[in-house]
Amino acid sequence: MVIIETKNLSYTYPGGTKPSLNDVSIKIKAGEFALITGSSGSRKTTICRCFNGLIPHFYKGELEGEIRVADKDTTKHPTFEMAKEVGLVFQNPENQLFALSIEKDVAFGLENLGVPREKMRQRVDWALKLAGIYDLRERSPHEISGGQQQRVAIAAVLAMQPKIIVLDEPTSFLDPLSAKKIFEVIHDLNRKLGITVVLVEHRLDLTAKYADHIIIMDKGRVCQDGNPRTILGAESTRLIGVGIPKATLLFQMLAKDGLKLGSVVPLSSDEIAQSLLEAIKPHD
Amino acid sequence: MSVFDGLKYRKVSSPIHDLDPRIKFFYVCAIFVGAILFWTILPLLILFAIQIPFVLLAGVKREWLRSLRGTIFLAAIIFLTNLIVRYFASGGALLVTDLEFAAAMTLRFIVLVGSFSVFFLTTSPDHLGLALERTRMPYEFSFAFTTAVRFVPVLAEEAQTIMDAQKARGLELEKGNFLKRIRNYIPVLVPLIVSAIRRSLELAEAMESRAWGATKKRTNLYILRLKQGDFILFVITIVILMVTVYVRIYIDVPGLSQFLSGVS
Amino acid sequence: MIEVQDVGFTYPSGVEALRGVAFTVNNGEFIAIMGQNGAGKTTLVKHFNGLLKPSIGRVLVDGIETKKTSVASLAKKVGFVFQNPDHQLFSETVEEEIAFALKNFGFEEETIKKRVTWALSFLELKKYRKTSPFMLSGGERKRVALASVLAWNPEILILDEPTIGQDYKQKEKLRQFILQMQTQEKTIVIVTHDVEFVAECNPRVLLMTEGRIVADGQGKNILANPEVLAKSSVVPPQVVQIFSRLNELELPKNVIDLYEAKDLLLKKLEKRLR
Ligand SMILES: Nc1ncnc2c1ncn2[C@@H]1O[C@H](COP(=O)(O)OP(=O)(O)O)[C@@H](O)[C@H]1O
Ligand SMILES: Nc1ncnc2c1ncn2[C@@H]1O[C@H](COP(=O)(O)OP(=O)(O)O)[C@@H](O)[C@H]1O
Ligand SMILES: [Mg+2]
Ligand SMILES: [Mg+2]
Repeated sequence: MVIIETKNLSYTYPGGTKPSLNDVSIKIKAGEFALITGSSGSRKTTICRCFNGLIPHFYKGELEGEIRVADKDTTKHPTFEMAKEVGLVFQNPENQLFALSIEKDVAFGLENLGVPREKMRQRVDWALKLAGIYDLRERSPHEISGGQQQRVAIAAVLAMQPKIIVLDEPTSFLDPLSAKKIFEVIHDLNRKLGITVVLVEHRLDLTAKYADHIIIMDKGRVCQDGNPRTILGAESTRLIGVGIPKATLLFQMLAKDGLKLGSVVPLSSDEIAQSLLEAIKPHD
Repeated sequence: MSVFDGLKYRKVSSPIHDLDPRIKFFYVCAIFVGAILFWTILPLLILFAIQIPFVLLAGVKREWLRSLRGTIFLAAIIFLTNLIVRYFASGGALLVTDLEFAAAMTLRFIVLVGSFSVFFLTTSPDHLGLALERTRMPYEFSFAFTTAVRFVPVLAEEAQTIMDAQKARGLELEKGNFLKRIRNYIPVLVPLIVSAIRRSLELAEAMESRAWGATKKRTNLYILRLKQGDFILFVITIVILMVTVYVRIYIDVPGLSQFLSGVS
Repeated sequence: MIEVQDVGFTYPSGVEALRGVAFTVNNGEFIAIMGQNGAGKTTLVKHFNGLLKPSIGRVLVDGIETKKTSVASLAKKVGFVFQNPDHQLFSETVEEEIAFALKNFGFEEETIKKRVTWALSFLELKKYRKTSPFMLSGGERKRVALASVLAWNPEILILDEPTIGQDYKQKEKLRQFILQMQTQEKTIVIVTHDVEFVAECNPRVLLMTEGRIVADGQGKNILANPEVLAKSSVVPPQVVQIFSRLNELELPKNVIDLYEAKDLLLKKLEKRLR
């Protein structure tokens, strides 16, 4: 089942002369882990804003073409309705927490929706535990690290029990270890709860292995769309200047020099190490 | 900055911290009314003393004393102005009553600062926001209040970083005459304002994405429920109010000069 | 040359951000200071241009103790580019932004013009000379910030988290830029937790944890040492991760470069596969 679908979507910010999004047609299936990447300024954030109706409701401007998210036309449903279906997590952890305690922040969306208090308490605790920050619930956002703040932001959208979570470069301010923990949390949500994940990221080294689907953007257009192994393994992708995982690069380089390690393109160090070990086994 | 330090809430738990902010505010108001009703030292001293067990129970003695110390300068000004005004009003003679009056005015100020300080030291901004919501003020107002409190340290840190960044480019803030010094702050203020605008846009976007404005009937994770302690404080406050009003109306509180003449 | 002599630093809030830090940055060296968020990296480099003065110990820049001089005079020698360009851009045009520091340092009108033009072309910003810095994209703003510091030609350049939020191409550009600065024998200190970027550059690495330096040496030797990295919560580079899973191949332990890794693997496997 397709849960996000755009058809020839084009968008111009108010006051803009050229369209920011150009004829974007993509399909993301329910339960998928989709990765969107592309150079900075390729309008990754702009497309995310379309997914929950921030575009066109909050940003105005001119939206053409079709977009359906969780069976709803986002142009006809205000963002507060879309919020129940799609949770957005932004780049800067600091600017998405407003309350003075973490649990209050996680409750914010539910309070806005008017969820009764008993039920709210349960859902808040559930979300805090999933994000691994239950013990921090009474702290103030100022007292915790950026990585923990970003997990609060994830818990905060999770509490609304959306079908889709969209994360726009959620780890770009974090160190690699905190980033890795965030990716693990997201991967768990996808695998265990079946939540559809749309992740915008540059760090393919850490994320490509989780992805079922990759979309590469360039100047407001989709330039590659499909299976991560096919796309990251292709020569043309490297030329766009996307940060291909080192493991995949090594695989390509070895192949070029005549050492073929099977037909499955590796996306992580584990995978390539595995193929290397297998390559030597039969000859021992 | 020590006055503000004395108002900064620190998360600890004590019987006083757990009290309902509305009742605490009522108590502060009662002290306020009491302090305004009297012009002599003795009742003001008592009003001051009443706060001490409160402070001790809350475990904020150090912060409270610091906030009082922060008022010394202002208190001295109040004392001196009163003395000077009295001196000229009475045509150049100072009596014990004048001294007492100036001292009482100063003490009144200290009592007020002390009681407000206890309030802010023991009330979390979250509770305060909640109390504001309960006053039937629009939710936007209490939201703006808590968000402002949330971002004060963030902005302070940011201002410091910007100042450092410009100093690293040779900016010397303390150089030049008065006008030049004000101009020196432009390279600090512009990035600060630009960043604050960007921040507020990002905040608005995040709020929208979390169903801001979905329903008029907002619910709240926390509720304020009156507990036993709140009733006790309520009763104490009522008693303080009644006693002060009664004493003010029916009893002629002896002033310092009467005491002195009584002794001699 | 920067000499850091047993420096300790405590913020007024009581946070002890540096403890017993001692090392020397030689002229023309390229150093990466690494460690997780909050390790004290920024606090340390703020000592290099006097923005912070040590609570204990001394910092000497070209023999001058930072405590005994002003930030303005140190800054002329030590250029510091902050992490977020938006924390420093304020002028109406890119040109004025770059001239700002030059004016502060009292350069002559003629020199200022020349230096601004040089910096604009060095960072490929010529066409934006009269543009407002606020109209530029994130990557461009970062270049303007860099140009505004390079303009006065400091001997030592400090870059705080230059790769944060940058895409692959921007990082590659940055790497080229650093290599170019090195051929000009500038001293470069970068603060970063981007292991892959450091692995590609292979500079001298200082590893920090909780205000202490826990390792100091060539990138190759430190980034390929998982035990040391684990102490400061740094994830090893991919190449190291791959090699650590290939114990039975008996590969050398200090490889962080992809091309080197490929050559080694080819050599090993050709023998085995034959
Ligand atoms: N609020 C806005 N108003 C006008 N233009 C915008 C706005 N936000 C982004 N843009 C335009 O979109 C471009 C960047 O798109 P963005 O989606 O942020 O890219 P990415 O997330 O891939 O870096 C910028 O060049 C800018 O001109
Ligand atoms: N202005 C400040 N006041 C108080 N503490 C600070 C300040 N700046 C940083 N710290 C603290 O000092 C420690 C080191 O911070 P920092 O040098 O910024 O680390 P890094 O750059 O490695 O992330 C952290 O614990 C941080 O919370
Ligand atoms: Mg973006
Ligand atoms: Mg830092």
